[in-house]
Amino acid sequence: MYTTDMSGSKKAEAVAEDPAKVAAFEARVANDEFIEPKDWMPEAYRKTLVRQMSQHAHSEIVGMLPEGNWITRAPNLRRKAILLAKVQDEAGHGLYLYSAAETLGTSRDEMTEALLSGKAKYSTIFNYPTLTWADIGAIGWLVDGAAIMNQVPLQRTSYGPYARAMVRICKEESFHQRQGYEIMMHLAAGTDAQKRMAQDALNRWWWPSLMMFGPPDDKSPNTEQSMRWRIKRDTNDDLRQKFVDITVPQAEAIGLTVPDDKLKWNEERGAYDFGDVDWEEFYAVVKGEGPVAKERMQARVKAWEDGAWVRDAARVHAEKRAAAKLAAE
Amino acid sequence: MDALATYALRLGDDSLILGQRLGEWCGHAPALEVDLSLANVALDQIGQATHFLNLAGEIEGAGRDGDKLAFHRDVMDFTNCLLVEQQNGDFAQTIARQFLFSHYQELMFAALAASKDARFAAIAAKAVKEVTYHATLASDWVVRLGDGTEESRARMIAGLDWMWRFADELFEMDDVDAAALAAGVGADKAALRGAWDQRIDLALADATLARPAARRPVLGGRTGRHSEHLGHLLSEMQFLQRAYPGATW
Repeated sequence: MYTTDMSGSKKAEAVAEDPAKVAAFEARVANDEFIEPKDWMPEAYRKTLVRQMSQHAHSEIVGMLPEGNWITRAPNLRRKAILLAKVQDEAGHGLYLYSAAETLGTSRDEMTEALLSGKAKYSTIFNYPTLTWADIGAIGWLVDGAAIMNQVPLQRTSYGPYARAMVRICKEESFHQRQGYEIMMHLAAGTDAQKRMAQDALNRWWWPSLMMFGPPDDKSPNTEQSMRWRIKRDTNDDLRQKFVDITVPQAEAIGLTVPDDKLKWNEERGAYDFGDVDWEEFYAVVKGEGPVAKERMQARVKAWEDGAWVRDAARVHAEKRAAAKLAAE
Repeated sequence: MDALATYALRLGDDSLILGQRLGEWCGHAPALEVDLSLANVALDQIGQATHFLNLAGEIEGAGRDGDKLAFHRDVMDFTNCLLVEQQNGDFAQTIARQFLFSHYQELMFAALAASKDARFAAIAAKAVKEVTYHATLASDWVVRLGDGTEESRARMIAGLDWMWRFADELFEMDDVDAAALAAGVGADKAALRGAWDQRIDLALADATLARPAARRPVLGGRTGRHSEHLGHLLSEMQFLQRAYPGATW
């Protein structure tokens, strides 16, 4: 899954840096070269990347919760196995992204600490609840669909470890997206109760999914610099439009209605016109006021605190064994 | 159900209920790596359950498939051992359950891989590779926790103490087992006990833990006499199938 662009209004602070180094760096990036961990990079680039990659990793981890909520209630053995595998993939993505972010000099423990203290953000989408089985379909179809839209360009992002992580992650995400759509397809072709469940899930997840692309371009102050640095390759609004254009026909194909009165095909633009996203809601969710934001953080904090004795034991055991090995030599 | 169908059902139920329990951990484990490995074990168990329950339905020949068997039976018709339905508790309790069960399951599947019935043999031959990893994983954690901190040691001892009374049931031979063994299909579970004891003792020694004292075994899972926990597990697992009769998913 994916992290929302929540860059807000804070510009990275200026640090005095060697102009020749900066120019050489900018030239490499403009030339679509990969920047590797040992290469020189501007401090602001490093900070922006750590923030973006750790937000992405946190989103994978917190994203395990809404779907994990249905593992024990999956409706049949096949769906249970698929969902387990999917949530496991997300844990893998988180691990992979934390490792990639660690190459920039911030440890996984520091990043985890930032998440649990509320300092670091994660995608707003995971602060919405999964109420019915159809939500598992809707998340795969819409949320992973939006994630792919965001992540495919990141396979060519300028930071090498991030780009390589994205290649692998994108493969799995597109699989998840198809599985989610397949759940929706099945429900939409099912009993009246199942159709109702599917439509209700689309109604609830549609707008939060559009919010995943982040604030409108004119309210996204870091976009320009991030695009110049190839940390970002398309603007929020462009990606949002692309998502709407691809997803609306998918909804129609299975007989579901996108919950937007203003949705209309615009022949001239060759794209859908669509209604206004409720940005007030978006900013509120970013600030931690999502419907289940407290529950999500509570679950992460509890897992971390309850697991402390296990992590301590593993560390102490490893030290004991290392000492014993040393003594034997 | 005849003996062979019941035999497959028992194998399937063990895997299903353990997979269901492990699925409860997903997203809540002590570390990301642990989340990954528990989900992995759960996934293997659900896969084995699917194969064995489908086979049970096939042998029964009454039109029930794995899903029908998993989602449309009540407690008294479940035949899993009591060990796998025990609650997760803390991580040490989960590991204790996995440790006792995975070593049994590995020995069991290794024996079943030589079954005269190609269907049992094929499932077991694939599954034995999976559960060999589960057994190693569980042993490693028993050692880490047992020979870790004071707290982890105390928790590991408590976890083993909780689960120990359910170990004997794993090796219990009843008429169904005897019939499957006589047909050349099933394994001699009682004969696996010695190898299991050795494996358990070896890991416990490495963990600097004493073997829990022998106690009166709690039995009954194979004939549908379960703990109170199973009904709650089923009500959660079967919710959708029960709430929307006739729907497919």
